[in-house]
Amino acid sequence: MAVHNAVKPQSYSTAAGMKRTSLWFLLIAALCLLLADLEVIRADPWMELGRIGLGLITPNFFATEALLDALLNTLAFALIGVTIANCVGFLLALLFNKPGVRQFCASIRAVHELFWALLFLQIFGLSTLTGILAIAIPYSGIFAKVYAEILEESDHRPINSLPKQQSLSAFFYARFAIAYPHFRSYCLYRLECGIRSSAILGFIGLPTLGFHLDTAFKQGNYSEAAALLYLFFIVIATLRQWMRLKLLPVYLAAGFYILPQSTLISLEHLKRFLGEDIIPSPLRQSGGDFTEQILALMDWCWQLLYLQAFEGVFNTIVLSIIALVGSGMVALLLFPLVSRHFFSRPGRGLGHALLVVFRSIPELILTFITTLILGPSMLPAILALSLHNGAIIGYLIGQHSNGLQLRADSSRGLNLYSYELLPRIYPQFLAFLLYRWEVIVRETAILGVLGIHTLGFYIDSAFEDLRFDRALFLILITAALNLSIDSLSRWLRSRIHRVNFERVNSC
Amino acid sequence: MKSITFALVALLFSVNIQAQSLTFTAIPDQDETLLKTRFNKIATYLSERLDIEVKYVPVKSYAAAVTAFRNNQVQLAWFGGLSGVRARLLVPGSMAIAQGYEDQFFQTYFIAHSSTGLESTDQFSDNIKQRTFTFGSKGSTSGRLMPEFHIRKQFNKAPDQLFRRVGFSGDHSRTIALVQSGAYDVGAVNFKVWERELAAGKIDNSKVKVIWKTPTYPDYQWSIRGDVEQHWGEGFVAKVQKALLEMSDPDLLASFPRQSFIKASNDDFQPVEDVARSIGLID
Repeated sequence: MAVHNAVKPQSYSTAAGMKRTSLWFLLIAALCLLLADLEVIRADPWMELGRIGLGLITPNFFATEALLDALLNTLAFALIGVTIANCVGFLLALLFNKPGVRQFCASIRAVHELFWALLFLQIFGLSTLTGILAIAIPYSGIFAKVYAEILEESDHRPINSLPKQQSLSAFFYARFAIAYPHFRSYCLYRLECGIRSSAILGFIGLPTLGFHLDTAFKQGNYSEAAALLYLFFIVIATLRQWMRLKLLPVYLAAGFYILPQSTLISLEHLKRFLGEDIIPSPLRQSGGDFTEQILALMDWCWQLLYLQAFEGVFNTIVLSIIALVGSGMVALLLFPLVSRHFFSRPGRGLGHALLVVFRSIPELILTFITTLILGPSMLPAILALSLHNGAIIGYLIGQHSNGLQLRADSSRGLNLYSYELLPRIYPQFLAFLLYRWEVIVRETAILGVLGIHTLGFYIDSAFEDLRFDRALFLILITAALNLSIDSLSRWLRSRIHRVNFERVNSC
Repeated sequence: MKSITFALVALLFSVNIQAQSLTFTAIPDQDETLLKTRFNKIATYLSERLDIEVKYVPVKSYAAAVTAFRNNQVQLAWFGGLSGVRARLLVPGSMAIAQGYEDQFFQTYFIAHSSTGLESTDQFSDNIKQRTFTFGSKGSTSGRLMPEFHIRKQFNKAPDQLFRRVGFSGDHSRTIALVQSGAYDVGAVNFKVWERELAAGKIDNSKVKVIWKTPTYPDYQWSIRGDVEQHWGEGFVAKVQKALLEMSDPDLLASFPRQSFIKASNDDFQPVEDVARSIGLID
């Protein structure tokens, strides 16, 4: 009782804190809406949508060559990449309070998998190693952050009660054991993301499902595209059935066996990449004296900043904040679909299916469809990002709500939603949402089709023009942006969250 | 610890397997379906004619094709005009050896949605100003380079300044789909893709039509690395060229799709390089 009383005043203050944070976000998003370009272009999409619809009801599983290979490669890249990232990320999580580690992790996860792959493509070619590293590197940064947070948030009383707190066994018995269930469930979720990333790497040529999906969709072979999408949905929806820790070594061995083994590791390529390709072009040109080169370099930087980076950062921030608030709204609407407090098992099955569809369709494809309907502006991107990320957060807080116990006489329906569940899941919801912010920033990278000039649009252009110096410069700016977002969202979370923990303790 | 082991295993699996076979790629631009099925036939043909093992690797983008050529992962490639120029600039000694008959006079079609009221004209119409506009892929000759060049030449303005909105559909078929649906007012598309989709009945002429055709320019070509002769002996380039020029089986030619191949040289693509430099796509 005493504990309860002690916590109460503080939990009032954070409820206010959460409300304030939410209102600020709504306000800023509203402001961004004023700045954003939201023009709806009256279009006539029915012919194309009709074809897409026809494709969806007549999937053709036999139109794709080497379909089984593509499916297995997708899983192999994901399993190997995520396993490596899991291990590296765990080690980094242990060092997370050392100076520089947090920033390092924020920087490596700021870069979209596709861009990592494009960088490694220059050194290792289109090879297995390129695919594995493109997943393993950004995911290590993500794992490190999440694992560090799980450790930080888990109950510290067992370890504090031990006489020798620094020993390895103290760590494993008193901290790791407590956090383990969270690690485990997070790792499964990350594997799902890994399968998505692996598929998307096919867009640039790795032999995964995305390779064929991209082709089929671009060329309007919607029956083939539908078959590939269905296959993809099935793999993701059944993940929890076939993924067993005991089977992991078997899967990994099979993965190494399946993936094509023809990497050209060449020191020459590495040297060329580091020594030439990424050196700013004015410095590469020989001749001219030192001052001239410095002036040319400053001009190069200024041109990139002025013509691309400023606009890129602005658009990335505006788009990501609106999409963030949109995702939150979608999540709050969708999570009851998978919550046992609202639907029985068969109903939740349908809800799960719907959420799997929304969170698994690659954003690029979702954006193409929304663009057909709304015309090119920020609007289709906002819609696509909100649906995709909203479905992910909705799923996560839906799962979270299933862990909550209700009183036997709790209210039902809308009252239950508004007066009990929403307040109880809200801290978790905000935490997920804040974390999702940087993911949305990363995802805005691939929306060049709309002509929205985000940072990612310019990075993609630089790669397409084989100007790796520019690509790297812009990637560094993206990393800096992500560092700021990381500290901002950490600050916001610390305001909300301190108390979440105490509340858990008081239960 | 586990991670280190995995990294080591990954490295072991990626030991340097220097291909003894000739490897080629083809940029997927006009038809990306069944790439392996179609181009493995070309590999078989070349293999028979050259008496060495020939392999095909599929790629997805212009940049990936150029990188593979530069890294000697492929020695022979079917490039677009711009990607070929870029690749040959990066690999000294490499040369264009053959192009499709049609590639001597390639064209870009500007297409417009019917609601714009734009009609087909001999001159580039002023009425496209302030419309929404989509290119194809950023690295495409017919979907980006040439249309941008003509836009700048005619209006003396960058596309961003001329149009209300500029997008990159990423693909010629998508350009057609986006303009046909009215999502974009105007688009620029590879004429071969337009004709193919027209024949396939995917285009509704009451919704989208061609409003202007660019003058002709050289586009796709086969390029080969200069250092292949160190490996397969003197005269190898000429041998490959001969094999390509003598490809006459309609089934093989349909993969590109071209009616035949004719000789080409680096000089044929000087105009493409000049245009790329003039609009700042090459430094």
